[in-house]
Amino acid sequence: MQWTSKFQVFGKSRRHKALDDLSDEMRLHIEERVEQLQREGLTVKEAERQARIAFGNVALVQERSRDVWHWPTLESIWSDARLAMRQLRRSPGFTGAAILTLALAIGANAVVFSILNAFLLRPLNVAHPERLYQLQHGDEASAYQSYPDYLDLRDRNRSFDNLMAYTVDEVGLESGGDPTEVWVEEATGNYFDGLGLKPYLGHFFHAEDEHGAGSAPDIVLSYEYWHTHFQDDRSIVGRVVRLNRHPFTILGVAPKDFNGTLLFFNPAMWVPLIEHPALGAADNHDLETRGSRWIFETMGELKPAVTTAQATADLNAIGAQLEKAYPKDESKMTFKLASPTLYGDYLGGPVKAFMSGLMLLTSLILLAACANLGSLFAARAADRSREVALRLALGATRRRILRGLFTEAILISIVGGCVGVLGSVALLRMMSAWRPFPNWPIHLAVNPDSKVYLIALLLALVSGLLFGAVPVRQVLRTNPYETVKASSSGRGGRGVNLREVLLVAQIAICAVLVTSSLVAVRGLIYSLHAHLGFDTENTMLAETDLSMAGYGEDRASAMQKEMIHAMESIPGVEAVGLADTVPFETGASDTTVFADNTTDLRPKNATAHPVIFHVAPGYFRAAGTALLSGRDFTWQDDKSAPQVAVVNSEFARRLFGSVSGALGRFYKTKDGKRMQVVGVTEDGKYDHLSEDPSAAVFVSILQSPVVATTLVVRARSHQGSANNTAFDVDSLADAMRSKLRQLDAGMPVIIQTRTASIQVSMFAPRMATVALGVLGIMGAMLSITGIFGMAAYSVSRRLKELGIRVALGAQHWEVLQAALGRAVKLLAIGSVAGLVLGLFATRVLAFIVFQATPRDPLVLAGVVLAMGLVGLVATWIPAQRALSVNPLVLLREE
Amino acid sequence: MPMANSGTRDLFPGALEMMILESLRRQPAHGYALVQHIQQRSKNLLQVEEGSLYPALQRLLKAKQVKAEWGVSSTNRRVRTYQITASGLRHLEQQISTFERMFEGITLVLNPGKSPAF
Repeated sequence: MQWTSKFQVFGKSRRHKALDDLSDEMRLHIEERVEQLQREGLTVKEAERQARIAFGNVALVQERSRDVWHWPTLESIWSDARLAMRQLRRSPGFTGAAILTLALAIGANAVVFSILNAFLLRPLNVAHPERLYQLQHGDEASAYQSYPDYLDLRDRNRSFDNLMAYTVDEVGLESGGDPTEVWVEEATGNYFDGLGLKPYLGHFFHAEDEHGAGSAPDIVLSYEYWHTHFQDDRSIVGRVVRLNRHPFTILGVAPKDFNGTLLFFNPAMWVPLIEHPALGAADNHDLETRGSRWIFETMGELKPAVTTAQATADLNAIGAQLEKAYPKDESKMTFKLASPTLYGDYLGGPVKAFMSGLMLLTSLILLAACANLGSLFAARAADRSREVALRLALGATRRRILRGLFTEAILISIVGGCVGVLGSVALLRMMSAWRPFPNWPIHLAVNPDSKVYLIALLLALVSGLLFGAVPVRQVLRTNPYETVKASSSGRGGRGVNLREVLLVAQIAICAVLVTSSLVAVRGLIYSLHAHLGFDTENTMLAETDLSMAGYGEDRASAMQKEMIHAMESIPGVEAVGLADTVPFETGASDTTVFADNTTDLRPKNATAHPVIFHVAPGYFRAAGTALLSGRDFTWQDDKSAPQVAVVNSEFARRLFGSVSGALGRFYKTKDGKRMQVVGVTEDGKYDHLSEDPSAAVFVSILQSPVVATTLVVRARSHQGSANNTAFDVDSLADAMRSKLRQLDAGMPVIIQTRTASIQVSMFAPRMATVALGVLGIMGAMLSITGIFGMAAYSVSRRLKELGIRVALGAQHWEVLQAALGRAVKLLAIGSVAGLVLGLFATRVLAFIVFQATPRDPLVLAGVVLAMGLVGLVATWIPAQRALSVNPLVLLREE
Repeated sequence: MPMANSGTRDLFPGALEMMILESLRRQPAHGYALVQHIQQRSKNLLQVEEGSLYPALQRLLKAKQVKAEWGVSSTNRRVRTYQITASGLRHLEQQISTFERMFEGITLVLNPGKSPAF
């Protein structure tokens, strides 16, 4: 190993001068003594011997002198490390197991911390992220504002330098070639200036450019979009493109690493918010209606020396004024400040809860790994007790021996930490490149940064010190003379020792993980078979937005009817429905309904807040939603007919007390319209799988037109084929696309299967399940190595005893009981403890995972089975070894 | 610490340093000379393992109670000579006074003054 010798030279050159002096000095001292003795008449040899005896052990003196200075030089660390490496190389099995164990644990922690970092800790890429706060309603976890309210808040507040507002929208973009749909962030004019950003190219729009709606038809591209779709073309500035068929001028390109102010949501471009009506967007949101809250977020940078409490009070005062001034539009108007990145508490709450849970579990993994390594190290120290004793007898200090042990621990922790971090980086790279929702510009930018590496390394070192400290007591208590005399005395079987406590703790932790992961998996399986209230089989969805093709509400209804007919004309199509949005798609909104006898229609008097869907006739049949009573809408339910609604059973129960009593009854909308219930459908899930039963109402799209809609196209399932891929997805999609193209070539269409559309809402439980599953597997692996280590150790220590038992005619099971009984007992204790703890832990899961209940016999059985398997796998090899004991061989060895 | 031989006792912690400082207060010396000096002064009652002097010297160097430099001794050999520093002197005074108090106490306990028995 050439480089080591180089290293040594390097070490020597850096050697502390004092130590050089010291060895010189001692050499001279001995020479002087030798001369003195020679003068007294001894022979040279005898004099040298005497001098050495008088001086004592030179190496030891050197070391003790060196220790005084307490700054282990590079060289001494290096020599310690070399010794430790030699020791570790001698037992590759132990070393490999230890490094792998730690790498797994550190890797898991690095991944989770990196995600946590990306979600919660990493600030926005702007000038003063720490002073940015988002406004949120005091009474609910949402932040939606109307434009007039925003203007009042912006102009009256005394706490923020720039109060900005922004929202997201999907528009049809034509810049040559086919129209594409892009996600944009619509932002107020002060947005870029308020964030303190400088354009990468061209310039931004500013507040002073805005003179009312339609005065600023400009866009700013994101760097990424400019790079991928305009190939870094610098001449792009000033070019006109069309958004929803309206001309917009490209002003410039945003800085390279700025992806808007919504975490993971990377818009293609920014459009002035005042252009929202001009975009002719499908939602009819305007800039004048005070009661129409559609602006997603409002945020601002706190003025210097203003506290969050002062700002909140300031905003609440404005809210109270607005409540007084506009009693018809405003309900309770109070504010909270939240961090802007995670959409305030809208996502922040659940994400924080889940991430902290995950962080807790991964810390448990690390603890388990430490316990595991601790017992490995303790076993190793016990195995080496003779060596330790020998070294002690030869005059090594205990400190020196401990230093050796710690050096080994630290080495393992560094190597394991590095391996773990490398693995986690690979995994995180994959995650960052992954687009979980094809229709959304969501990028999970979770690449680790220096903070993550630092934490991982720190964790590794702390773990090293932790598990390295386990055998300390053992070494300190070693009595060199006793140990050397007795050949090998195990302290097995008497009382409880630290290692066993560690092992039980570790098994308990692993059982917690196994329990949680099983509960999560079970929940996921449940959710796959959950009753959704609609069919996913043989069904396709086609999202279109007529406003992108320049249609207004007046022409939309006729066009929608044509689209339905066009779909129906495709061979093999059984039913076609159309709705503004379908359950599990984004964009379903709540509405406020009042009992028929309510006269004061203020929000606080509302009876329910059902989800509302605008549907065309035939929707229920196409969607596979059962009508329990009453009728579907017809093409006669238009603006000239009485206002009608179909409600779900939950709605019927809440407003009218029963499903049967709902038909023909009336309720009131917030505009005071009386709606008559003409049908009642089954309940279903509307937003996500783990939601509580919620009220839903369906109204006729002919009576309240909507421009952006989703077509539900159900294909006939082939007779006799059981699987749901009986229809050819691609050919049906192509047919749908070409039919829609024939109707209007300028209309962007997104087609997907109904099954795929549910994936978005399955994302969270899936992620949770995957994460927990991985943790569960890791926990099981750690248990296996832990039990294996202990069992193997106890068998090897008691080989002689087992041999004697065999020689005296013990049965197989008696031998096994003697060898492994204790390990199995510990496993049982740990598993039971872990199971009990796991049942508590899964309560946390119930927030995310559908029907996560630990009180499920299958789960319980699964945990018991899993832990049993773990035990079997872990004790297999030691058991074999115990059974194959040959007493004769053993006796000969002695 | 010096090893215990049969018939002699270990010195108490800090005793060796105290003796080194005391010797150096009389005159600067190198290691070998210090050993000789301590053994002669103690009439060989104290068996100091010569090597144990060096860790003690290192401790004193670290505490800046002595300083050392290479030079040539009277017998013309290359030696590293130690000198007591001001703080070493202060430390020595303090050590001696506490040691004397302790020694006095031990002596009183071991040889109680003759008190009339009857």
